[in-house]
Amino acid sequence: MEKFTTHTGIGVPLRQSNVDTDQIIPAVYLKRITRTGFEDALFSAWRKDPSFILNQAPFNAGSVLVAGPDFGTGSSREHAVWALKDYGFKTVLSSRFADIFRGNSGKQGLLAAELAQDDIELIWKTLENAPGTEVTVDLVSKTVICGNLVAPFAIDDYTRWRLLEGLDDIGLTLKHEEDITAYEATRPAFKPKTLPARLS
Amino acid sequence: MANTLAEKVWDAHVVRKGDGDGANAQPDLLYIDLHLVHEVTSPQAFEGLRLAGRKLRRPDLTIATEDHNTPTLDIDKPIADLTSRTQIQTLRNNCQEFGVRLHSLGDAEQGIVHVVGPQLGLTQPGMTVVCGDSHTSTHGAFGALAMGIGTSEVEHVMATQTLSLKPFKTMAINVEGTLKPGVTAKDIILAVIAKIGTGGGQGYVLEYRGSAIRALSMEARMTICNMSIEAGARAGLVAPDETTYAYMKGRPHAPEGADWDAAVEYWNTLRSDDDAVFDAQVDLDADTLEPFVTWGTNPGQGVSLSDKVPSPNDFGDENAKAAAERALQYMGLEAGTRMKDIRVDTVFLGSCTNSRIEDLRAAADVIRGRQKDPQVRMLVVPGSARVRLEAEAEGLDRVFKDFGAEWRFAGCSMCLGMNPDQLEPGERCASTSNRNFEGRQGKGGRTHLVSPVVAAATAVRGTLSSPSDLDPAPESAALHTDAA
Repeated sequence: MEKFTTHTGIGVPLRQSNVDTDQIIPAVYLKRITRTGFEDALFSAWRKDPSFILNQAPFNAGSVLVAGPDFGTGSSREHAVWALKDYGFKTVLSSRFADIFRGNSGKQGLLAAELAQDDIELIWKTLENAPGTEVTVDLVSKTVICGNLVAPFAIDDYTRWRLLEGLDDIGLTLKHEEDITAYEATRPAFKPKTLPARLS
Repeated sequence: MANTLAEKVWDAHVVRKGDGDGANAQPDLLYIDLHLVHEVTSPQAFEGLRLAGRKLRRPDLTIATEDHNTPTLDIDKPIADLTSRTQIQTLRNNCQEFGVRLHSLGDAEQGIVHVVGPQLGLTQPGMTVVCGDSHTSTHGAFGALAMGIGTSEVEHVMATQTLSLKPFKTMAINVEGTLKPGVTAKDIILAVIAKIGTGGGQGYVLEYRGSAIRALSMEARMTICNMSIEAGARAGLVAPDETTYAYMKGRPHAPEGADWDAAVEYWNTLRSDDDAVFDAQVDLDADTLEPFVTWGTNPGQGVSLSDKVPSPNDFGDENAKAAAERALQYMGLEAGTRMKDIRVDTVFLGSCTNSRIEDLRAAADVIRGRQKDPQVRMLVVPGSARVRLEAEAEGLDRVFKDFGAEWRFAGCSMCLGMNPDQLEPGERCASTSNRNFEGRQGKGGRTHLVSPVVAAATAVRGTLSSPSDLDPAPESAALHTDAA
């Protein structure tokens, strides 16, 4: 995973709550078996509307998405994170993220930064009044800078550390393989196994 | 120390406690007892293993089925859509390469992953269950800690049989009282979501408690736990009891003999201690609950079926108001319209929320001896091939076909419209599924979430209806019931 320390890019105000993962990427794009190439799929239904924010310059070149509360609800599809990244987003700001989306973001190096809704509103206003305004998201100091605003954001320390270091989760866990093997030896015999298959 | 059920299951699976305390605590490493796999969220995970030269650690704790992207018609023919066919074939190749048990289309155990696990007896109390699907919360009905994960985590579980997780907060959802006839588990969970909102459960594991929950069947408990994710919670559970054990006993992978006794002894310890403290409490009165239905484009936008479409001005919060305005426009609805005056084009009975045998029986009981509204299309999609066989043995397929409904093969189908079962733009659907998001069931499609009995009554009248809105069924219908 690529390291994330700080990022500065054009902010995109998405004034909407409950942006679910079906909106971020509709199910039809989930038939693909690759992990990249989802940029065309991002918000594909909404992008058919010429007035949608990503169809307008300079927002179409944005890399900091500033969304309403409850972003990423619904389906667990990690494709939502892949699509945001493939389009060019490095970070999403919201006052509340769905748990699975936040987890998926952390695994893929997309920074999900949780801000107070009041600060989100201020950033929206700045971005709408001066389109093209750049937003800086600094993971080291856990702050967002937009115009005159300097706002703190929340992220759990473990995810922050992994993003700063660009660490791969599986590699970290396999350092504790002995613990896993030891735990397996203590599992009760009545726990089910899928193999050999027993059928009705 | 007193613990909640969720905490007990958590503690029993800690492989390695995370370093540090409080806000600085690292995640715990938890062991995973069962990993369910399907075609959509697994190909990139298998590919990741291959690229890193890693093995799948425990094929004997892993099981796969084809469900999201499979047709519900002509399943004996090659899948027409080439991309879909490739995805299914990729799962088959991967399962063969990594030694994973797979139930393919046409197999008697194929079906929606969250129907298949419990039906095989693989889902048991006190387990940790994961799947690359947010509705994995379904398995919590057995007192398991079950959650949906993303593809990176799918790969992590494949490689390590563990997950790194930060402890959740706990929320008790207390449902006391007795449900009125025609009011079901679906109405309980839709009411809970409307009450706490789509983000209300975020960061929590929900435990459903109280006399109304204890009185529910396993199928009904699965319906409730299934939609925990729609309240923002990653998991929801119900303490196991005699109802759980009766459901499990004799299933193919249920413990037998001395193992059964040992298991039950353990399962009996799986309830929240009387003095356990939940981080939050929500109360719902079962006595006064009515059939519930959604009017908007997120599952929290719901009202009683006897109510009216709300006005955006009813919402104090600016974001909720804007969301309501947008939802009404998308749904093509006017504020103040009686929900029961809303006409639908399609009725969908299916999905991991409501496609089990009990759901089909409940819907069949409503429509038996009646005629479908001729304008309405009705799709009945059993949750698994096994459920379909069971239903056919009971003659339910005849009831649905005589009524004028389409009797399909098992899969996720129109719940998410990945396969050809989709709504047309502007088409309105009463659906027993779990999400009414924009375009979820097909581009431009409009979804009202309902229970199976409301779906059935709606198919009779053509407008959103509860069974109590129907005229008494003809006399012959009762005879047919006895015969079946």
